[in-house]
Amino acid sequence: MLAFLLRRIGLLIPTFIGVTIAAFGFIRLLPGDPVLLMAGERGLTPERHAELLKQFGFDRPIYEQYFDYLVGVLQGDLGNSLVTKKPVFEEFFTLFPATLELSICAIIFAIALGLPAGIIAAVKRGSVFDHSVMSTALVGYSMPIFWLGLLFIMLFSGLLGWTPVSGRISLLYFFEPVTGLMTVDAFLSGQPGAVRSALSHLILPTIVLGTIPMAVIARQTRSAMLEVLGEDYVRTAKAKGLPPVRVIGLHALRNALIPVITTIGLQVGVLLAGAILTETIFSWPGIGKWIVDSISRRDYPSVQGGLLMIAVIVMLVNLTVDVLYGLVNPRIRHQR
Amino acid sequence: MFARKTALAVALLAATAFAGTASAKTFVHCSEGSPEGFDPALYTAGTTFDASSNSVYNRLVEFEVGTTNIDPGLAESWEVSDDGLEYTFKLRQGVKFHSTDYFTPTRDFNADDVVFSFMRQLKKDHAWHQYTAGTAWEYFNGMSMPDLLKSVEKVDDYTVKFVLNRPEAPMIANLGMDFASIVSKEYADKLAADGKMEDLNQKPIGTGAFKFVAYQKDAVIRYKAHDDYWEGRPKIDDLVFAITTDPSVRHQRLKAGECHFNPYPNPADLDAIRNDPDLQLPEQEGLNVGYLAYNTKVAPFDNAKVRKALNMAVNKQAILDAVFQGAGKAAKNPIPPTIWSYNDAIEDDPYDPDAAKKMLEEAGVTDLKMKIWAMPVQRPYNPNARRMAEVIQSDFAKIGVEVEIVSYEWGEYLKRSKDVDRDGAVLLGWTGDNGDPDNFLAVLLGCDGVGGSNRAQWCNKEFEDLIQKAKVTSDVAERTRLYEEAQVVFKREAPWATIAHSVVFKAMRKEVEGFKIHPFGSHIFKYVDLK
Repeated sequence: MLAFLLRRIGLLIPTFIGVTIAAFGFIRLLPGDPVLLMAGERGLTPERHAELLKQFGFDRPIYEQYFDYLVGVLQGDLGNSLVTKKPVFEEFFTLFPATLELSICAIIFAIALGLPAGIIAAVKRGSVFDHSVMSTALVGYSMPIFWLGLLFIMLFSGLLGWTPVSGRISLLYFFEPVTGLMTVDAFLSGQPGAVRSALSHLILPTIVLGTIPMAVIARQTRSAMLEVLGEDYVRTAKAKGLPPVRVIGLHALRNALIPVITTIGLQVGVLLAGAILTETIFSWPGIGKWIVDSISRRDYPSVQGGLLMIAVIVMLVNLTVDVLYGLVNPRIRHQR
Repeated sequence: MFARKTALAVALLAATAFAGTASAKTFVHCSEGSPEGFDPALYTAGTTFDASSNSVYNRLVEFEVGTTNIDPGLAESWEVSDDGLEYTFKLRQGVKFHSTDYFTPTRDFNADDVVFSFMRQLKKDHAWHQYTAGTAWEYFNGMSMPDLLKSVEKVDDYTVKFVLNRPEAPMIANLGMDFASIVSKEYADKLAADGKMEDLNQKPIGTGAFKFVAYQKDAVIRYKAHDDYWEGRPKIDDLVFAITTDPSVRHQRLKAGECHFNPYPNPADLDAIRNDPDLQLPEQEGLNVGYLAYNTKVAPFDNAKVRKALNMAVNKQAILDAVFQGAGKAAKNPIPPTIWSYNDAIEDDPYDPDAAKKMLEEAGVTDLKMKIWAMPVQRPYNPNARRMAEVIQSDFAKIGVEVEIVSYEWGEYLKRSKDVDRDGAVLLGWTGDNGDPDNFLAVLLGCDGVGGSNRAQWCNKEFEDLIQKAKVTSDVAERTRLYEEAQVVFKREAPWATIAHSVVFKAMRKEVEGFKIHPFGSHIFKYVDLK
């Protein structure tokens, strides 16, 4: 197991270097000069332009800038935002808990609904339930997030008044963030009604962000289950008279879970992409919205720092998934 | 039924919560974006100014809310020397800085604060000139203050003298701008001593109507009324900025009562807001102009007759309908009607394709092919440049002029459009900084701006003489006359096709009282009340 883990971690190093190059290069490939954008219509003189480029260090050769950046990254310094002037690292961790909280809720929502729906659809293949789950999943998968979010707001907040429109908690509650996770902080604050308010603000964004992963998980679970249910050992298990719950839950599901876990792991990337739109609609102060804003302002340090951090998170999640494979399926762990 | 019960429960919950805060009046502004920081001198964006200069700070002079007129602010009065080079300000006494959990002032506002606020921007060797990474003092530089300002001197505790390098009448208006906000020197000294200088940009201390409480990044900014505010305590107790970037969501939040104010309603929602008994929708013309600038250095656009002919072919009404959707007003002058000296006697060029075609023939121009540059971004003065360019393209086709539409990334667009030998006419615009006509006419059309902000590359001696004379005259009546005349010259020479001024709408709850739309686009809540 240890060798397996080390091998996986070893693979991360070149990936990490590649990501730093991509994050650094990507934003610079976009046309646009952060200094010119800062000045806007007002413009600035060529001397002033050169002076500011020098001040930010953008006048130096690109490889020198990259090297400095890499040295900074290895020391845990992602530089300062050109806009807010604050350290990118600090900015990221101020906003990340909001995205984390929303993503966790969304993935729980997606698994809690998608997994059982997929299993039942596979077991009752061809039934009305199967057809309706699969068509719902198709609709869910093709749903534009922005549209769905606005529709939900108009329906559930505007027309029915069941949920708040946007934000993380009612403005009536005010406390200093401790963990950054609003539900936890609300609980810690001890203010009556705060937890309830935080939870009610989570409902719509969770559903909106969780819909696509849910659809993907349901479809993947169904097809993986169908494949496994046709295997000989499942027939054998059935034939020796095991109760259906045991056949499906133990023999079939455990083997079907490999591709499903892969899918769930890959959904982390999807969640972070979806978070950009979901966060914008629900005024959710997370990293998705922050990176988009930073791109349009050509805030180089924020964009490259933010992308790097996200890539690291996705890499760690995938590492965890790889390890989980090993736990779920010993065959992988022992492979050469 | 469930809906009604829930709504009732929510209402009750809200009522108890409000009761819990002892009926404090909380005004919630659904702001359109996050502030970049809280030191207004570092930035140029209106969103940042709303969160800093418009709520936390004051200036020596203040624009009367709702106009471009200048009122005394932290200075009670001022005198200008005969040569126009020295401005002496008498400061207001007894003005208190904010007392918060991170700073308690020991003295009132005085001349030291004024000198500090300007010298940190002016002097490159000032201890605060580079107090946080990448400090650029963009607006101070953008308004040419380093060239203009020789020194800022303390005469006594309540008298300050500004010495200029050349006479410049718009100077007073500059001092009402956001970058000229007065920060506390005592607070700055404390921060320097504690080694926390960058806090000046994160935890502001000012003399303004509201004191800063907390900012949760990208989510909420909280302020409290400044009890000792020199103009009198604001009527609301708490001011909250709920950052909501999407306009449709802002609209929903306003309707749901989650906020009182939506600064930028969607054009599509305007009718719904007008018809909603719980909402109100005041409007005003914006302090801006959108234009099409010909390159007057390149034939055949060096001929005023050709430019005039093209102007007569532009169907402005079609543009207002297609691009502004009712939120615009046709422009005939290069300055908006909210600015003093706007020459309303000038008649706009009539929309007359036949006459335009004839004029082109008379000028000896046939088979004209030209480029029109369309901006890649949305601006109040031009919400959809691509669409605007298409309308003009079809207008020009009617008089036999073939138009190719081009566009570049925004930074690139701004840079390339400055080229003196640029190929094509450029769609662009301007939003006023200080409400002075000089800020439009000299910046956009003066000879100094050729190869820079003067996108028409137009340098006309008659026009230039008028605006230069107006720049050094401090008599407002005389300046008005000069600018009115300059607008006549502009109209005759037609370096631009003036397209439109935007109309600004603000959506708010019915219970909001005392809000005035400010021409500069700022949102000022110090006089606001909730009934």
